[in-house]
Amino acid sequence: MSRADVLVDADWAEAHLNEPGTVFVEVDEDVSAYDGGHIAGAVRLDWTQELQQPEARDVIDRDAFSALLSKKGISNDDTVVLYGGNNNWFAAYAYWQFKLYGHDKVKLLDGGRKKWELDGRELVKDVPERPATQYQAKDADLSIRAFRDEVVASIGSKNLVDVRSPDEFSGKIKAPAHLPQEQSQRAGHVPSAINIPWSKAAADDGTFRSDEELAALYGEQGFDDSRPTIAYCRIGERSSHTWFVLHELLGKTDVKNYDGSWAEYGSLVGVPIQKDV
Amino acid sequence: MCGAPDQDTLPALEVSAAEAVIHGTVVKDGSPLAGAYVRLLGSTGEFTAEVQTSATGYFRFYAADGEWTLRALAPGQSVDAAVTAVKGEAVSATVEVPA
Repeated sequence: MSRADVLVDADWAEAHLNEPGTVFVEVDEDVSAYDGGHIAGAVRLDWTQELQQPEARDVIDRDAFSALLSKKGISNDDTVVLYGGNNNWFAAYAYWQFKLYGHDKVKLLDGGRKKWELDGRELVKDVPERPATQYQAKDADLSIRAFRDEVVASIGSKNLVDVRSPDEFSGKIKAPAHLPQEQSQRAGHVPSAINIPWSKAAADDGTFRSDEELAALYGEQGFDDSRPTIAYCRIGERSSHTWFVLHELLGKTDVKNYDGSWAEYGSLVGVPIQKDV
Repeated sequence: MCGAPDQDTLPALEVSAAEAVIHGTVVKDGSPLAGAYVRLLGSTGEFTAEVQTSATGYFRFYAADGEWTLRALAPGQSVDAAVTAVKGEAVSATVEVPA
C-alpha cells in the first residue's frame, strides 16, 4: 500500500472524470452542499441518512451497504473516488466503511471539496443517472473497527489516539466549536489517550501532509509503533481521517477506528474519564 | 451532527451562559464574501473548527473564554484576525480579504 494507491490529487481527478469504471462519490453530512454544485458525474452519499442507522447511530449492516451501493450504481469492480466537505471528514468515514465491507478499489480525493473550490475548479448541478448494480458487500472486517469494551480494556496498553481539538480533549469544550456546546455527555478523554488532533495531519486547504511530516508528527506525540492503535473523536469521522493517515498512508498495522467515539464513551456510566480543566 | 452546519440556515442567535459566541462577516471589496472558509484557531494556533460563510458572508462559532484567531480562506488568499471571547457573550468580527 502506498500513497498513490489510496489518494488522488485534483489534477488526477479532473483527468479521470468520465473514465468508465471510476465513480466519484461526494459524501457530506450537510447534503445541501451537493445540490449547490458537485464534481461532474459524482453521485451523492448522505452520511447521516444512508451510511448510518439514524436511531441506532451505528453503521449500516452488510446487506444495507450492498443495497445502497447497488442503488447508487456502484459495482464491486469500480474504483470509487470519495471526496467531501469538512476537510474530507465524512469522505474519510465513508472510505473506512467501504474498507470495512471489503471494497478494494477506493481512494480519497486529496483536499476534498475545499481544495477543489479554492482552486476554482468546475462544479456542476447535473445529477448523473447510473443504472442499478448487484453489489455484494463482504463481511465486516472487524480488524479495523473498535468497540467500547475494547477501548476500556486498552487503557494504558494500546495507543489511544484522541484526534479531537485540544480544548475538546482537555474537557474545556464538549463539541467542535462550530456547534452549540450543550451536550448531555461528560467532557474529557479516555485515560492514557494521547491528543493528536486530526487537523495536524492536514494543511489549511485540506490536503494531507507529506508522509515524512506525518511520520514525524505521530512520533513526536508519543505514538508507540510497537503497540496496536485505536483512534477516536466525537462521532468517528475525524478519527476515520486519522485512521486513514495511520493505516493507509503510513501503513501502520493493527489500527482501528472507534466509531462510537466520545458520543458513546462520554455518555457511559462507570467508565474512567480524565479531565484536565 | 458533527460537520459544519450550513451557515445560511443557522437558528437565531442565542447566547447561553455556558458558551462564548464568535461570529461575524467576511468581506471583500466592501461586499460580503459568500463561500469563504473560516477557520477558528485556539490560543496555540491549533485548528478548532471551520465553516463556510453564508450568502451574506456570515459565520458563527461556539467557543470558550480566551484568545482565538479567525482565519479566512478564499482562492489564493488567507487572512487572520484576532478575537477575545467571553462566555455568555457574543463577540463580533469583520474579516477583510484584500480585493
